[in-house]
Amino acid sequence: MEDQPKFPDLTDAERRALEELLPDEMSEIITSGIKRRHFLKLITYTGTGLLATHLLGIEQLMARSTAVAPLPPTVIENGVNVSFQVNGSAQQLLVDSRMTLLDALRERMDLTGSKKGCDHGQCGACTVIVDGRRVLSCLTLAATCEDKEVTTIEGLADGDKLHPMQAAFIKHDGFQCGYCTPGQICSAVALMSEAKNGEASYVTSNVREAGRPMELSEEEIRERMSGNICRCGAYPNIVDAIREVHGDKAVAQVWQFADGTI
Amino acid sequence: MRPFKYSNAADPAAAITAISVNADAKFLGGGTNLLDLMKEDVMHPSELVNITRLKYADIEKTSNGILIGGTATNAFTANHERVRKQYPLLTMAILAGASAQIRNMATNAGNLNQRTRCSYFYDVNMPCNKRTPGSGCGALKGLNRNHAIFGWSEKCVAVYPSDMAVALAALDAVVHVEAGNQEKRTIAFADFHRLPGSTPQIDNNLKHGELITSIELPENDFAAHSYYLKVRERSSYAFALVSVAAAMSLDGSRIRDIRIALGGVAHKPWRATAAEKLLVGKEATMANFKVAAAAELKNARPLEHNKYKVKMAGDAIVRALSNAMNGVGYGMNAGLEAGV
Repeated sequence: MEDQPKFPDLTDAERRALEELLPDEMSEIITSGIKRRHFLKLITYTGTGLLATHLLGIEQLMARSTAVAPLPPTVIENGVNVSFQVNGSAQQLLVDSRMTLLDALRERMDLTGSKKGCDHGQCGACTVIVDGRRVLSCLTLAATCEDKEVTTIEGLADGDKLHPMQAAFIKHDGFQCGYCTPGQICSAVALMSEAKNGEASYVTSNVREAGRPMELSEEEIRERMSGNICRCGAYPNIVDAIREVHGDKAVAQVWQFADGTI
Repeated sequence: MRPFKYSNAADPAAAITAISVNADAKFLGGGTNLLDLMKEDVMHPSELVNITRLKYADIEKTSNGILIGGTATNAFTANHERVRKQYPLLTMAILAGASAQIRNMATNAGNLNQRTRCSYFYDVNMPCNKRTPGSGCGALKGLNRNHAIFGWSEKCVAVYPSDMAVALAALDAVVHVEAGNQEKRTIAFADFHRLPGSTPQIDNNLKHGELITSIELPENDFAAHSYYLKVRERSSYAFALVSVAAAMSLDGSRIRDIRIALGGVAHKPWRATAAEKLLVGKEATMANFKVAAAAELKNARPLEHNKYKVKMAGDAIVRALSNAMNGVGYGMNAGLEAGV
């Protein structure tokens, strides 16, 4: 059993302030449960220590942030009411017409799994599935999502049971830093249904042969996943993970733990 | 991004009216290019009208061809069975462009309305007659390795980025548009996009408030001999340096009819009419392809950094024609073995 939390949760404004001041990786750690508590303990207990000095600015900013409440949604200029499903639950939001689906997910629904990489449709880190198709949430206005069904990385697992694609990415080490991973996995999940539907790609040997499921070669997977950039270069392992799920049979790992490390 | 008013169009008439009364309003399709340009402050419409829910998302058979809906997505169009079987050139061209995610979002009408990816157009600190008329062309004497070798003017040397449009140019498509009062007209594809001339800020001959409802493809007998070749700096998800849409019909080894269009070389898809004329009625041989390609490229006017495109376009024409002659669907490495 974990200890009961001894410290109150951060308010939204505090969390936002903290996220702005810390590297993204750190924000992730903070928002992910146990480690978050350790971090809060550190903030509170270090007193005059080094960490406290570093965090002084954050605390000040947090104090200011809590004083200035976020704008109530009713005063949004060009506000648009939008109702849609996200990971199976109904959402109703009043958004600025400029708000992207990505920002709505991350900033309004606390679904920070989808990542903002380039914010210009070039990297694929923000990929989510809308009405069964993979799309870029950074180039989708939230206002256009009325009545749509959105699935993000948070919606793929069934309770504690990982989606097969998530499990395959872990098995094959399909990531290093992990920043592109939610987009890669959402993209790969949607790719499975595209292949099942018999959809072609630029490297398909004969596009005139329509109407039957596609067998995905490595070349096909690489072409179809080209909208998801991995700066760490985990591509061979990503391809292996997708091959395993697509082929429904185990693909050997290209790596293993050194003796005695696990 | 600057503030804008947003609405969902209930029907085509409402969409057209909303745009017509506001000179700064724009139709919103997939938004894959428009939103990016708005984030960059290159475009700043005061109003967007979402047209993706209008009933122009189907592909219908007509008496002599097909009608492709303006709001159908690129992915839907490329994978439509009729398109794949009868217009594989269009399928290949669409699939050569962008990424799976973008093709799922982008509409056909939006594809025709996308803007150039010229870096001077995108950089608001640089002169660009297309973005800010009268400010000059940053690329003319600047870094112009990605720019035009045909049809450019002193005002603009940008190229049109679409792959889909290159296939549509080769297939003699017709653009159907609707304006206010349910007025309808058609625009031959060759007349849809413009050369820059002295008004490069105008990409095409669509008037403000006109909505592309569909794109018509006439019947042809090119399906068995079509190929879209795209040459780019990485093997996927990059704009073309040069691309070629090639389609032909053959009587034995003789070319009955032929279509060739080039992408990445001009402000509009460039129909290679000189090469076509030389090949109609001739034997489909590598020697004849080379003569035709040379004739087409004879009139090229490269800039300081894009002379490579002249040879590249010539070689690409020959390879695309050779692949088309040999039949559809050799994959992206087709022709490499033949050493062309």
